[in-house]
Amino acid sequence: MNHPASNGRARPQGAPDGSASRPYQRETDEFVPGSNEWPDDLSRREFLRLAGATLALAGLNSCTKQPLETIVPYVKQPEIVIPGKPLRFATASQFGGFGQGLLVTAYEGRPTKIEGNPTHPASLGATTVWSQADVLDLYDPDRAQTVTTGGAIKTVSDFWDALNLAIEPLKQNGGAAFRILSEPISSPTLLAQLDRVLQSFPAARWAIWDPLNRDTIAGAEVICDFTKAKVVVAFDSDFLYAHPYALRNARDVANRRRVIEPHGAGMNRFYAAEPTPTITGSNADHRIAVAARDVLPLAQTIAAELGIGVATPRNIENADWIAAVVRDLNASRGESVVIAGETQPPELHALVAQMNAMLGNMGNTVAATPALSLPGSQIAFGDLVEEMQRSAVELLVIFGGNPRYDAPADFNFADAFNKVKLRVHHSVYFNETSRHSHWHVPATHFLESWSDTRAFDGSVSIVQPLIEPMYVGVSAHEILEAVTERSPRSAYEILRSHWSGPEPAPDFEAKWRRALSDGVVTEFQPPSFAGAGQSIAPAPSATPLEKRQRSEARGSQLEILFRPDVSVRDGRYANNGWLQELPRRFSSLTWDNAALISPELAKAAGLNNGDVVELTFRDRKLRAPLWIQPGQAKHSVTLPLGYGREIVGGVGRNVGFNAYALRTSDSLWFADDLTIHKTADRHWLVTTQHHHDVTGRGILHDGTLDEFLADPHYAQKPEELPPLGYTLYDPSEYPYKGYKWGMVVDLNVCIGCHACTIACQAENNIPVVGKQQVGVHREMHWIRVSTFYSGTEENPRITHQPVPCMHCENAPCELVCPVAATAHDNEGLNLQIYNRCVGTRYCSNNCPYKVRRFNFLEYNGRLSPSEKLVKNPDVTVRSRGVMEKCTYCIQRINAARITAELDQRKIRDGEIVPACAQVCPVEAITFGNMNDPRSRLMRLKRSPLNYWMLGELNTQPRTSYLAKLRNVNAELVRSD
Amino acid sequence: MAQLFPKSANVHARVIIVSIVVLACGAGWATSMIYWSPYTTEVDVPLQQPIPFSHKHHVTDDGIDCRYCHTSVEKSSFAGIPSTETCMTCHSQLWTDAPILASVRESLATGRPLKWTRVNDLPDYVYFNHSVHVSKGIGCSECHGRIDQMPLTHKAQTLYMRWCLDCHEAPQKYIRPRDKVFDAAWQSPPNQLQQGKELIREYHVDTSGRLTNCSACHR
Repeated sequence: MNHPASNGRARPQGAPDGSASRPYQRETDEFVPGSNEWPDDLSRREFLRLAGATLALAGLNSCTKQPLETIVPYVKQPEIVIPGKPLRFATASQFGGFGQGLLVTAYEGRPTKIEGNPTHPASLGATTVWSQADVLDLYDPDRAQTVTTGGAIKTVSDFWDALNLAIEPLKQNGGAAFRILSEPISSPTLLAQLDRVLQSFPAARWAIWDPLNRDTIAGAEVICDFTKAKVVVAFDSDFLYAHPYALRNARDVANRRRVIEPHGAGMNRFYAAEPTPTITGSNADHRIAVAARDVLPLAQTIAAELGIGVATPRNIENADWIAAVVRDLNASRGESVVIAGETQPPELHALVAQMNAMLGNMGNTVAATPALSLPGSQIAFGDLVEEMQRSAVELLVIFGGNPRYDAPADFNFADAFNKVKLRVHHSVYFNETSRHSHWHVPATHFLESWSDTRAFDGSVSIVQPLIEPMYVGVSAHEILEAVTERSPRSAYEILRSHWSGPEPAPDFEAKWRRALSDGVVTEFQPPSFAGAGQSIAPAPSATPLEKRQRSEARGSQLEILFRPDVSVRDGRYANNGWLQELPRRFSSLTWDNAALISPELAKAAGLNNGDVVELTFRDRKLRAPLWIQPGQAKHSVTLPLGYGREIVGGVGRNVGFNAYALRTSDSLWFADDLTIHKTADRHWLVTTQHHHDVTGRGILHDGTLDEFLADPHYAQKPEELPPLGYTLYDPSEYPYKGYKWGMVVDLNVCIGCHACTIACQAENNIPVVGKQQVGVHREMHWIRVSTFYSGTEENPRITHQPVPCMHCENAPCELVCPVAATAHDNEGLNLQIYNRCVGTRYCSNNCPYKVRRFNFLEYNGRLSPSEKLVKNPDVTVRSRGVMEKCTYCIQRINAARITAELDQRKIRDGEIVPACAQVCPVEAITFGNMNDPRSRLMRLKRSPLNYWMLGELNTQPRTSYLAKLRNVNAELVRSD
Repeated sequence: MAQLFPKSANVHARVIIVSIVVLACGAGWATSMIYWSPYTTEVDVPLQQPIPFSHKHHVTDDGIDCRYCHTSVEKSSFAGIPSTETCMTCHSQLWTDAPILASVRESLATGRPLKWTRVNDLPDYVYFNHSVHVSKGIGCSECHGRIDQMPLTHKAQTLYMRWCLDCHEAPQKYIRPRDKVFDAAWQSPPNQLQQGKELIREYHVDTSGRLTNCSACHR
């Protein structure tokens, strides 16, 4: 799918060349080196000859006859299937062990698109980037396809026999040498099954390992109601993005930030302190960059000022920020939220709980999450590894995960693992752990099998499959049943019998069907398992963090931060091309991870983007390329996890470095004593955004709430618009008597999560092009999310801006197309007609927004048969030599139009939702009819915040923006 | 200096010029003939099918409605090809051991579907929707011809874009009352243009020009 990385070319494309002092301002070279020079190896005469030959041969191209196609009808057509019409089913996926409600679209039994389930409280119709990408994993040809043992292909019944054979002798001493290791589980049925297994093997134990675990919060996990919060203070918490309840949190926060009219301004104020920029921090009104080790002292100072008796550390910086936070918190008691991230130690979570209680937030804006009852016999992951090291484990069954890759380095997991007599790994992909297991059993994808799951707020969903397993697939339910029964039932029977109980109630079927169609179980509860009842906090999966030595004199020491990657998370999505190519937030890096360092550190040490450094931490060494990240805490170095995978499919091979190599059990998230050494090597890092500064052009309009209240049209002032009548065309050519489509993007609520980019990719059959092609600016995303910095580079203000096609009224692209392949339509859409396009690329050159994408190569030409299944049948798959761009999801417009025509009515407001708008957790994107003054779209377009990007060009875009506002604390406005 | 060209060169030049013109026209004419011939358009050419299915027999002789088999024609973009079970609703009683239907029986027995060759095949970048055409009064026979007279199914029209646009530019030429949509024998009345205009109003057919926008069919 991707093209292998180029090793020969060391020239970093478009990197901030040498200007480490101003990493997001490149003033000299707008164009990439070489872009305006004639290539040496092609003479003018040679070029003309090739051009002539191309023209002649292109004519012959049309001398082909269409190949014969077959139509394959059903033998027995299912009653609900109407060929050509998609069906949608509710199901759920897992995120860190918590359920996420989904609605999946399937064409004749082939799932193609995942959306959020509007009735699910943790989704509200939105999804994460990972849920969008899950459908690509389903069709990944690199998935494990057969049961294997030592590389040899076996059948599932061979595995059942082997498992029975191994378990039989263990029964004698109650399974003393039998261990189960899993990822966090919230499935009620699976937990009950696990409990049954542990009951029948009283001496057996189970452990959980999740490299991105939330153990530091264990017991203090809270659910926040941000709709009631006037003031939000986040300590190193990415609750808008990397949190199991992030979609809901983002929606709630956005609803407190949405400002359309001056009189409706009840904006919350949001403070964040964090060591490395996150989606959450970038949306704060006042963000400070603080080393992770300094977050607790910072919180202690605030707590002390709020009147909680804690020792106040001395020499605390950011006194004005602290004072402002304290004042605002005191002023809005019971209407604020203080939240801390899982990367911070338990002391901070205890302190935050105290602060919330003290401020009267507990019970108002903050509530404890419902406890999950887990089976007993749980041991910590560290203890399990220690037992394995002693050779005390004879049978280890691992459900999911990849501990051999992501276990803490000091556990020496690889060594301990090899001492287990029989190792069984059950996972969707064949990974590092599978390679070193005796048996690998392919797991069914969640779109292939039955299960259930529980969301962060406790709501339970049934996971129902959309498709028969693509390959040999076994569900975790079946394996757990096989431990106690000789031949396991199917996952469906196990699940259903668990929910119905031994004697199903007469109305069970109706309730069951209701639960399936809603996607959330509301009417009945599964029977709880025997031995449960006591709600225990999950045992920490790693050994608890030791109390670190805190000394005042380590201010200039480097701090190492381990963070989940925004794309591949802990590494599980390493083989997903959509996620690998999705620009990482802020840096816009693709197909790589890089150690993020602050501009100050770069300046002091003479480091540049792409320099390879040697990181030394606790006597372990690792080489990694650097990226200078504005807003990074001065002495913190962030290592994104999840890269450098070794046993992985073709997409994830040779991508990035493995930060787990340095991660130890007492430094899961951060630690001191990192040293870095510059080496002579450079690494070719590719990014999709090369300018992070608008340099005063009318791209981005922002301001403060106070400025807006003083002058509502504040945000429309910065540029002079030309008179709208200036046009060379006949103004009556397009009267727009019917619909007139338009879009508004509300920058005020956009959090920059990039879900729109990947949702668009899934909906519109956008290909993955690979690192090398991204390196020469050939990425294909129809909607990009630009990140702009302003203010000081140490602590810049960060703004995200999604940029789709603007569908201009005076579209510059339309004028220059020699074959009229880009044309206007009667509803104002700017169309791209693939079958007419001859690939001159004039349109792209003339587009001031740079939203057009060209198929330089046959990106869809090398798809395996299974990868073709993910394509949306309602959208043309483009081939080489064709320009493409955002269509406002014209397939959805036409589908809604035809439905309305059949019903003999008009299309209703809100009936057409483009993929980007549908996925958006904060509803920042609105699409609608500009001819309907009562539409939601026009209500937004009438806002004084509405502006056109580069409006002075008189393109009159249909996509307009609502300017970004910050609810700045006037007392905290500094000279920046 | 002697003459460079003999006198006959004049004749040669005239012959060459004329023959170039004739050849160019001839080549154009030949190309056009090939382009519009059944060889290219496949109009009136029956294709090889797993069963020599006769629409003439089923529609004209038996009087079966189009929608009995093409069930989704009013609901979906795709008109639908009948499932094996649909065939067997009758053929489990009639012609139960006809050798010609062996593959239908085999399909039902084995669960392996029949594979028909597509007769009316649009390019993949064209998105045609049956339901909306049917609901706006475009009859089956406008595109599929006298399907009720076809012993073997063949294409009745070129399905070229020029041909589509003929109707999209002036639907009044082809639109018919909704209750005649499935009547393959329907003939346009003498006042078709006038009746067509009335039907366009009645069925809310968009004549603002949107039907000739690229986006009407391409996406």
